[in-house]
Amino acid sequence: MKILVIAEHRGGKFKKGALECIAQATRLGGEVVALVIGGPDAKAGAASLGKQGAARVLAATADWLERFNGDAYARIAADVVKAEKPDAVLLAATLDGKDVAPRLAAHLDVGYAPDCTKVEAEGGRLKLVRPLYAGKAYATVKLNSSPQLVSIRPNSYPLLEQEKGDAAVSDVALSISAADVRSKVVEVEAAKTEKADLSEAEIIVSGGRGLKGPENFPLLEEFAKEIGATVGASRAVVDAGWRPHGDQVGQTGKTVAPNLYFAIGISGAIQHLAGMSTSKVIVAVNKDADAPIFKVASYGIVGDLFEVVPKMTEEVRKLKKG
Amino acid sequence: MRIVVCLKPVPDTAARIKVHKDGTRVDPEGVKFVLGPYDARTIAKAIELRGAAGGGNEVVAISAGAASGEAEAKKRIKDALALGADRGVFIADPTPENRDPLATAKALAAAIKGLDGFDLVFCGRQAVDDQALSVGPMLATLLGVPCVTDAVGMEVQGSTARVRRAAEGRTEVVEVQLPAVITGQRDLADEQYPKLKEILAAGKKPIADFKFDWPATPAYHVVSLSPPPEPIAGKIVGKGPEAVPELFKLLQSEAKVLTF
Ligand SMILES: Cc1cc2nc3c(=O)[nH]c(=O)nc-3n(C[C@H](O)[C@H](O)[C@H](O)COP(=O)(O)OP(=O)(O)OC[C@H]3O[C@@H](n4cnc5c(N)ncnc54)[C@H](O)[C@@H]3O)c2cc1C
Ligand SMILES: Nc1ncnc2c1ncn2[C@@H]1O[C@H](COP(=O)(O)O)[C@@H](O)[C@H]1O
Repeated sequence: MKILVIAEHRGGKFKKGALECIAQATRLGGEVVALVIGGPDAKAGAASLGKQGAARVLAATADWLERFNGDAYARIAADVVKAEKPDAVLLAATLDGKDVAPRLAAHLDVGYAPDCTKVEAEGGRLKLVRPLYAGKAYATVKLNSSPQLVSIRPNSYPLLEQEKGDAAVSDVALSISAADVRSKVVEVEAAKTEKADLSEAEIIVSGGRGLKGPENFPLLEEFAKEIGATVGASRAVVDAGWRPHGDQVGQTGKTVAPNLYFAIGISGAIQHLAGMSTSKVIVAVNKDADAPIFKVASYGIVGDLFEVVPKMTEEVRKLKKG
Repeated sequence: MRIVVCLKPVPDTAARIKVHKDGTRVDPEGVKFVLGPYDARTIAKAIELRGAAGGGNEVVAISAGAASGEAEAKKRIKDALALGADRGVFIADPTPENRDPLATAKALAAAIKGLDGFDLVFCGRQAVDDQALSVGPMLATLLGVPCVTDAVGMEVQGSTARVRRAAEGRTEVVEVQLPAVITGQRDLADEQYPKLKEILAAGKKPIADFKFDWPATPAYHVVSLSPPPEPIAGKIVGKGPEAVPELFKLLQSEAKVLTF
């Protein structure tokens, strides 16, 4: 099977989800080619994609591609797919990935399986699993077209245990120019944090209404900083204006699958569970022993978060000192 | 200005989901269908942008087939009409469950091309059942117009829309030429609730049928649907701050999720 992976990056730094796609493509066997689209800085680290098994890297770069543009990126990817003729195209199911992939599917007139948590080979084709209905059902999916276009939920697959060598990088001639782009980003309000994006974070510490008010979130932030986590929130907290909309985890917020998810003062409403129930390990802290969050939690502490969280911060500090 | 809103009936987010005995789809029995939370907001935004109806200003609500069939899709179009949309277009899908977003986008594109031009098409960012986040960008590509996803705010001036897009870790301000497809995030507008008078008036607004030749073999197909895996039985580590050291011991040695 020949697999093309569209490798997402931010200013030349590759997304973990992209590396995971290349690693899984390598495990599926066959030739793995990576495609990098972006500004000139995207090329700098591109050779390193070989470490996860890419045999070659194609770089489609230009100054005007520095800022993400789903329209342009999809058209460029479509041309590369037509030239390379892979059996499958993979990319990370990040917000940008989810913006590009359906456009690419329409350009190529192929089926697209979004946000898959399992991508395996079966009889020369891909067998895909994706959560539907906010995780209340799991579908096994097949695509009847070629190439098979799939986005993979970040944190679904590990990186290769044994890294390989660097790959050769070659330029792709662009078939479109800046003038062809019909939407233009005129301003970017960058998020304030340097933290990992919620959808890619390995550890998430989410707070709910149990925190009582926005003034108490520094308690969580301190713990998150100590353990190396990104802070998330329940919708109740976002609706109350305590936290920005982008922090919301759940059916109408972000879908996350970190290694470790802390639900602090969150009741565990079905719409919240929808966004985090595929996390590998869930820890719940809630003063109500009957809170539904304990039904999905791997580990629970029944207690007042205002006593438990400071103790957790202290414990992490202690453990890190060794 | 002609604004199209695409609607899909979806199960209430609190609905209990059971797999149908045929093993490939959800059993619609006992499931309450509603207007998706995003679709509800795009309708509100469309009505706001249209201003007063008439003089070429109209909002057209379109729904293709959908999960529980014709009745639910028509009810959702009626919801939009009650919220102020001017007319509806219904596309019947013969399959029991409409689940290939590309086929759906093709049907919607054909129906929209049948209108006498359009300025804006709204889709929700995602349908809460198949969570494909696909129909909007696919539709734009098929119509040959630009698309901005995840809009949290927008204004229109002449033939340009200025859209705030919630991207990962950043908010972008995107300028786009109309006609365009916009997919709406929850913040795009406040949800509106129709008054009884408007619900009654909606009954008199027209819903046209649009015939579409659906592809025989969908490019995307569900082999089987199963309930989610049972969560591993969790345990209560203890009560209060005294339980914290034990919790971290377990995270380190049993769950092995800490790197320190
Ligand atoms: C269409 C729709 C979509 C939705 N989408 C989402 C979504 O995407 N994400 C989402 O999160 N929700 C979503 N919701 C809302 C959801 O139903 C819940 O209302 C919400 O998740 C509740 O948030 P919460 O757990 O923070 O608050 P609550 O339910 O009020 O829970 C607070 C919890 O904190 C505990 N607590 C209080 N004080 C303390 C203390 N001192 N120490 C320890 N524990 C304490 C309480 O015991 C309680 O369990 C949606 C709802 C609808 C209808
Ligand atoms: N069958 C349909 N009929 C009309 N609009 C649809 C249909 N399916 C999806 N849409 C639109 O596309 C959005 C995203 O759906 P999806 O791509 O399935 O997540 C929905 O919020 C609707 O606006």
